Amino acid sequence: MEQSWKQAKAVFAAALGPPLVWLVLFFLAPMAIVWAYSFGHNVGLTDIAISGTFHNYARAIEPLYLKIFLKSVWVAGLTTGLCLVIGFPVALAITFASDKAKAWLLLLIMLPFWTNLLIRTYALIAVLRTEGFVNQGLEWLWKGGGALATLVGLQPLGDFQPLELLHNNFAVILGLVYVHLPFMVLPLYSALDRLDKSLLEASLDLGAGHLRTIFKVVVPLAIPGIASGVLITFIPALGAYLTPDLLGGPDSQMIANIIERQFKRANDWPFGAAMSFLLMYLTFIAIAIQAVLNKKTPEAKG
Amino acid sequence: MSTITQRGLNRAGLSRRSLLTATGAAAIGLTFTACGKKPKATPGGEEPKLNFYNWDTYIGETTLGDFKKATGIDVNMSLFATNDELFAKLKAGNPGFDVVVPSNEFVTRMSQGGLLEPLDHAKIPNMKNIDPSFLNPDFDPGRKYSMPYTWLLLGIGYRKSKVQGVPDSWKWLFDSDKYKGRISLLSESADLVRLSAKYLGHSVNNIPEDMLPKIEQMLIKQKPFVKAFHDDNGQDLLASGEVDLVLEYNGDIAQVMKDDPDIDFVVPKEGSLINSDTLCIPKGAPRPNNAHAFINYLLDAQAGAEISKTILYPTPNAAAKALMPDDYKNNPVIFPPADVMAKCEYGAFEGAEKASQYEELITRVRAA
Repeated sequence: MEQSWKQAKAVFAAALGPPLVWLVLFFLAPMAIVWAYSFGHNVGLTDIAISGTFHNYARAIEPLYLKIFLKSVWVAGLTTGLCLVIGFPVALAITFASDKAKAWLLLLIMLPFWTNLLIRTYALIAVLRTEGFVNQGLEWLWKGGGALATLVGLQPLGDFQPLELLHNNFAVILGLVYVHLPFMVLPLYSALDRLDKSLLEASLDLGAGHLRTIFKVVVPLAIPGIASGVLITFIPALGAYLTPDLLGGPDSQMIANIIERQFKRANDWPFGAAMSFLLMYLTFIAIAIQAVLNKKTPEAKG
Repeated sequence: MSTITQRGLNRAGLSRRSLLTATGAAAIGLTFTACGKKPKATPGGEEPKLNFYNWDTYIGETTLGDFKKATGIDVNMSLFATNDELFAKLKAGNPGFDVVVPSNEFVTRMSQGGLLEPLDHAKIPNMKNIDPSFLNPDFDPGRKYSMPYTWLLLGIGYRKSKVQGVPDSWKWLFDSDKYKGRISLLSESADLVRLSAKYLGHSVNNIPEDMLPKIEQMLIKQKPFVKAFHDDNGQDLLASGEVDLVLEYNGDIAQVMKDDPDIDFVVPKEGSLINSDTLCIPKGAPRPNNAHAFINYLLDAQAGAEISKTILYPTPNAAAKALMPDDYKNNPVIFPPADVMAKCEYGAFEGAEKASQYEELITRVRAA
C-alpha cells in the first residue's frame, strides 16, 4: 500500500536531508558562484569583481562565438542522429534476443564504460592515424592486390595513399558517435523491451510488412525512449571537449574547448562562465523540447 | 600492440607535459600525508615535511630520497600539468605548497599577483652553481622570486627523409604551402602569435596593434595546410609519422631523437622563444625554511646532474652540466650554439588583456 509522505514526516526528512544538503552544497552553491562570475570582470590578476555587467554575454553572442556555438550544435546533432540510426537496430536486436544472449549483449554495450574515456580516445588515435591499424591493414591489402595484379599480367597498382582519417571533422564525429552510442542504445532498449509484443504480431497478422511494422508501430511506441536517448546523447556531445581536442583538425574546435581555454590559458573566468551558462540554457531548451514531445504522445506512455 | 603505439607510450612517460597536458585530466589530487608521529625539528626549526608541486616526470629518480637522507625532510610531491592549473590553484589561496615550479611568464604574473614569497638568497648558497647568464632575467630581475630549474627552446622538429634540406625558417610552418598537410602547430595562442611576429621581423614582445591583423591573416591563410594543433605532444605526432614538421620544445624532440635517428630539430634563423621553469616559494608556504633548503639542494651540482640525467632538459646549472656525459652537454639540440641563442628571447608577461586578445585571435583563426 502506498503511504503518503505526510504520515511519516521524520522518515521522509531523514531520507531527503542528506541528498538535499549534498545538492545545495556541491551543486547549487558552486553553480551560483559561477553564475555570479558571468556578470563580473577581472580586476588585476587574481580577483573577479561582480559588477552586474552583461558584457560577457554580449561578447559570447558575437558572430565569432555564435558560429562556434552553432557548429557545436550541428556536430552534436549529427552525432545524435547517427547514434539513433545505428543504435535503434542494435536496441531492437537486443530486445528480440534470447534472455541469455540479452545479458551478454547488454554487457557488451556497457563494456566501454569500464575504460577511461581518455584511454579509449587514444586507442582510436592508434587505429585512425596515418600509420594506424586501418591504414596498415589497407596498405597490406593494397600490396596484396598489386602483387596479384602483376601475377595475372595486369598493370601494377600505384603507391598506396594512406587515408586521412585523423585530425579532421570526420574523426571528431566518429569519436563522438563511438563514445555516445551506449547512451542511445540503453534508453532505446528499455523502451523497446517494455513494448507489448502482441501489438507487433497483430500488425504482422493484419498484413503489414516488417519495415512497415517497425515504422508504423514500433517507432511511435518507442518515442519516449527515443526522446530520452536523443537528449542523453545530445547534451554530453554538445559539451564534448576531449574528443575534438585530440581527434580534431585545425578547425574542429567546439564550444567546450573555447570555455576550457578561458578558464585556463586566457584566464578570463567571467567570459568562460558566461559561455558555460549559455551552453546550459541551450541544454534547458533541449530538455523543454523533450518534455513537450513527451506530452504530445500520451498514448505511448501506457 | 603495434610498435608505433609502444613508441608513443614510452615517450609519454618521459616528457613532462606530453600525455597529461593533452588531456587536462592530470589533476592528481593532493595527498598530504597525515602526520601521526611527533615531528622532530629540522635545522630550520620546522617539522620535517615539505609539499612540492611539480610537473610530471620532472625530478631525478632518487632526488627526493637523497634529500631525505641528507636532511631528514620528507618531500611530498604532487603534480600539475599546465601553468594555468598551478596559477588557478594558488589564485584560490595556497593550499599548503612549499615549493612550486612555474615558467618564466608566470613568475612575473604570480609575483605581480602577490602569490610568491621573495627568496632569501643567503639561504641558497648553491646559487653560485648557476650559469651567470641566467641570474638576471627580465621576467624576474635579480632573481628575487625564482631560481632557474631548467630551460626550453621552441623550434621545428622534423623528419629528415621527408623534408628538403633543413627547414630553418618559421616560413615553413607559418607562411608556406610546401609541406601542406604535414605540419602540426602547438596550440598555445601566445606562442603562435609571438613566433609569427618573430617571423615578420619583430621581437616576441611589445607586438604593435597593427601587426596583429597581419599575423591573423597569415595564420588564416596557412590554416588549410596545417594538419593539427597539438598540446605539447608534437614529438609523438612526429615519431608516429602523422606529420613531418612540428612546433615543439627542444627537450621533447631530443628525447625522440634517441630512438629515431631520422628526426632532427632546428631553431629557425629568425630566432625563437625561450621558456624557463623555475623554483619558487608560494605566498603562505607553511615551511619556508625547508623550502629554501630544498631549493638549495636541487641547485647542488651532484643533485642537479642526477635530475638532468632523468629529465634530459637543458639545465641552467653550470656545475651540474659539467658533471654530465658528452652526449648531453655537447648535444646541439639540447644546447644550441651561442649565435642561435643570441637571437632568442623570453616572452614577457604583458598583462591579462594581451593574453585574452591573443587567445581570441587564435580562436578566430581556428574558426575561420
